[in-house]
Amino acid sequence: MCLGIPGKVVRWLCREGVAAAAEIEFESVRRVCHMACVPEAEEGDYVIVHAGIAISRIDPQEVVRFQEELANSKLHDEWPLTETAGGELP
Amino acid sequence: MRYLDEFRDPVLAKRLVAQIRRSARRSWTIMEVCGGQTHGLLRYAIDVELEGVVHLVHGPGCPVCVTPLESIDFAQRLALQPGVLVTSFGDMLRVPGPHGSLLELKARGANVRVVYSPLDAVDLARRYPDYQIVFFAVGFETTAPATALAVLQAASENLTNFSLLVAHVRVQPAMEALASMPDSRVQGFLAAGHVCTITGYASYEAFVERYQLPVVVTGFEPLDLLHGIWACVRQLEVGSAQVENCYRRSVRREGNLRAQQLVGQVYQICDRPWRGWGIIPGGGLQLRPEWREFDAEVRFASLLESVVNEPSECRSADVLAGRIKPTECPAFAVRCTPDRPLGAPMVSSEGACAAYFRYRTACTWCDSLRDSAVADDRLRTTAQRVREDTAAASVRRGYHER
Ligand code: SF4
Repeated sequence: MCLGIPGKVVRWLCREGVAAAAEIEFESVRRVCHMACVPEAEEGDYVIVHAGIAISRIDPQEVVRFQEELANSKLHDEWPLTETAGGELP
Repeated sequence: MRYLDEFRDPVLAKRLVAQIRRSARRSWTIMEVCGGQTHGLLRYAIDVELEGVVHLVHGPGCPVCVTPLESIDFAQRLALQPGVLVTSFGDMLRVPGPHGSLLELKARGANVRVVYSPLDAVDLARRYPDYQIVFFAVGFETTAPATALAVLQAASENLTNFSLLVAHVRVQPAMEALASMPDSRVQGFLAAGHVCTITGYASYEAFVERYQLPVVVTGFEPLDLLHGIWACVRQLEVGSAQVENCYRRSVRREGNLRAQQLVGQVYQICDRPWRGWGIIPGGGLQLRPEWREFDAEVRFASLLESVVNEPSECRSADVLAGRIKPTECPAFAVRCTPDRPLGAPMVSSEGACAAYFRYRTACTWCDSLRDSAVADDRLRTTAQRVREDTAAASVRRGYHER
């Protein structure tokens, strides 16, 4: 129920108060979403949409930081261990 | 899709799994609070990959599952009134109530409609002025801004035929109830990423102080989930209990202030009964007195009735408190399936029982993890355990063959 889907702000339709709305592009569909909670988003930004309203603007810098963090931390590659053979799936 | 694919990288997922297995010197019990996370964990088989190191217990974060039967019963009585149209999210309309689900009632002529957003219900109110449009407002803090916005839009347009049946719940009081349960085994929490997007996580600082349990704000994609688990395990290993944000692309400490302001304008905190749990202090939201005219329970007060009895067999309360796994419920996959659910957790797209039915009784593995021989082996053992009850297995096979 708390599903949130990222989408790209294609075009603002109205920036006024509770009626604020923008056209958002998801994988292959465009939908008008309500934008009252994310007035700072600009066209080209990505937002997370839940139940027809945008609830946050995705911070691209944080995405880069996340990727760098994973890339820089010394992650181990040794798992899965090799000794266990897979079985036929039931 | 941008901002999804980056967080589903199978190579990084495997490395994170390895890292978690390395970091943990013992097995830890971690609860993911949100039902969306439960589905992610099972869909990507993360629970299986981490078996023996991290024991994931599934939290109460499925609003549909904790909506009291009384509210469903009331919605059903509303839907049977001439001139009333009850709307809600699809999941809510499929939950079995005292007289079947709302969608079953629809098949018998009741006025029920699935909407994608509460604002679509406002749109129906504009288009059908002769109908009373009721939106059954379920959901956590994530959803409350949308329903608050619906009330504000309806008010600004003087729509007198729109109202809300409010069943909003708040996550943190439930986490507190869980953390204070004497039989609680939970050693750390993955907090719900989208709830925290709205509320922020400052309020968890007092929580971790009080209960000395780490809380890691976590997203929903496989890398998000693994990242959150890793952070939690790292804290547990060094005996720390802090709030950590692993869903930074969406969550800020203070949350979404604009959304909080909308919610505060329309709602106030109240005590609310959670299905299977009883009343949770501060566990819900209700309309502020100045918005009472939009409250379906006020508008249709004569239809409110008293207590409705729960079907006795459903163990949803134990499932939602993480006391048992869905597969331990005797009805699971035998008398309770998504086609014929006995309880809400088997219906909802976030319900733990539905997740187990979907991902643990069928071999729908994510491609990214399927190539791991060990993972397959682990699935087999999990699947075998799931199938211990041979009667259940045969019913399940029947279900899949259909
Ligand atoms: S399997 Fe069905 S009956 Fe058992 S707890 Fe889950 S919803 Fe209830």
